[in-house]
Amino acid sequence: MRLTQGAFSYLPDLTDEQIEAQVNYCIDHGWAVNIEYTDDPHPRNTYWEMWGMPMFDLASARPVLDALQACREAFTNHYIRISASDSEKGWESLRLSFIAQRPAVEPGFQVVRSNGPGRQINYTTRSYATDQPPEQRYRDV
Amino acid sequence: MSDASGPTGPAAGPVSIDLARERAESGIDVYLAELDTSLIGLAPVKARIAEIASLLLVSRVRERLGLATTKPTLHMSFTGNPGTGKTTVAKTMAEVLHRLGYIRTSRLITVSRDDLVGEYIGHTAPKTKEVLKRAMGGVLFIDEAYYLYRAENERDYGQEAIEILLQVMEDNRDDLVVILAGYADRMEHFFSSNPGFRSRMAHHIEFPDYSDRELVAIGELMLREQNYRLSPAAEATFAEYVALRRRQPHFANARSVRNALDRAKLRQAERLVNSGVVSVEALSTIEREDILVSRVFDDKQPES
Repeated sequence: MRLTQGAFSYLPDLTDEQIEAQVNYCIDHGWAVNIEYTDDPHPRNTYWEMWGMPMFDLASARPVLDALQACREAFTNHYIRISASDSEKGWESLRLSFIAQRPAVEPGFQVVRSNGPGRQINYTTRSYATDQPPEQRYRDV
Repeated sequence: MSDASGPTGPAAGPVSIDLARERAESGIDVYLAELDTSLIGLAPVKARIAEIASLLLVSRVRERLGLATTKPTLHMSFTGNPGTGKTTVAKTMAEVLHRLGYIRTSRLITVSRDDLVGEYIGHTAPKTKEVLKRAMGGVLFIDEAYYLYRAENERDYGQEAIEILLQVMEDNRDDLVVILAGYADRMEHFFSSNPGFRSRMAHHIEFPDYSDRELVAIGELMLREQNYRLSPAAEATFAEYVALRRRQPHFANARSVRNALDRAKLRQAERLVNSGVVSVEALSTIEREDILVSRVFDDKQPES
């Protein structure tokens, strides 16, 4: 099941040229660009691991693409997202976030039902990928 | 360009390109004309900027027609004495390169040794890379670049910064232009001890010293920009001042002129305040005596 999080996630995966264009849009607005990765696709997993520091004050998308490439090489089968934060108001607020890499196989989510008091049913979702311990999720098939 | 090749197919005969129109559309002429009036003298420098502008224009058209494969290399070295306009021209260069679409922004990042070289082992590479990240998409101006290399200390961290810079310049895939600037003789020494740099510099631009007449013109332009002017008597004295100042140590061309005029404004202000009621005209006029008090004229007296 294809993970849909952030912008453009219902579209086909962005090409590098499209990513570059998006990053250029961000830096033209003066936003700081950040690269994050994770192997836990749960929607409530808000804070992904950071790949280096956010990049402030850029004039070109080139450093971001270089960092993305390095991150892809280190985590060939993880989710990688690019996010951009706007500090115009005096605090950094997220303006754009999109997935820049996804694992080859995405097993999807299970709906877990549990019986509560008085026959109440509680629902939750659980990623099949997280059955495995962190290092062993999304290994090359 | 399918529309230009017409019905005869892509291998059709020569299609003419209206370069004059291309040029006009880029708006570069207006900018170069502006440059011509705002920068006094520097004829060889202006000629080189115009050449680079033409090169970029042609390479842009070639790229559009699928003739060009790689972007031209545009790393430069600016050599010249202090105050000959190296930094000013670097700003202009960034603007020209941006207008012709070579770099994304007209941003100019000015750095010196301290910004690139770290204090401890392992500190230099991240520092240099951080600067390069910020500079990409614009122009990186390294002032007094020869300080990066210290021959007397072979373990100097400057060497590390030089290697990273060379690597980035080599790649040339990043829209980055590196300009090294400094005094001619020391740059020469720097290049001879780092031959890699010399070969990666497409343009070596020399900034000649200004003539006395040019310096006076520069001074007048500086004043005009701040709504000051020289009285006719002051103008003659100022020309005399420039000629004398040149023969003294630490002469820095336009920078000396600016400093001299700043001091003249100081004296003018004091003179006006002491004289009580003044005309509006007097507020923006620098008189002969404001310049004549300068130490430069004192030094002349014992000699003559």
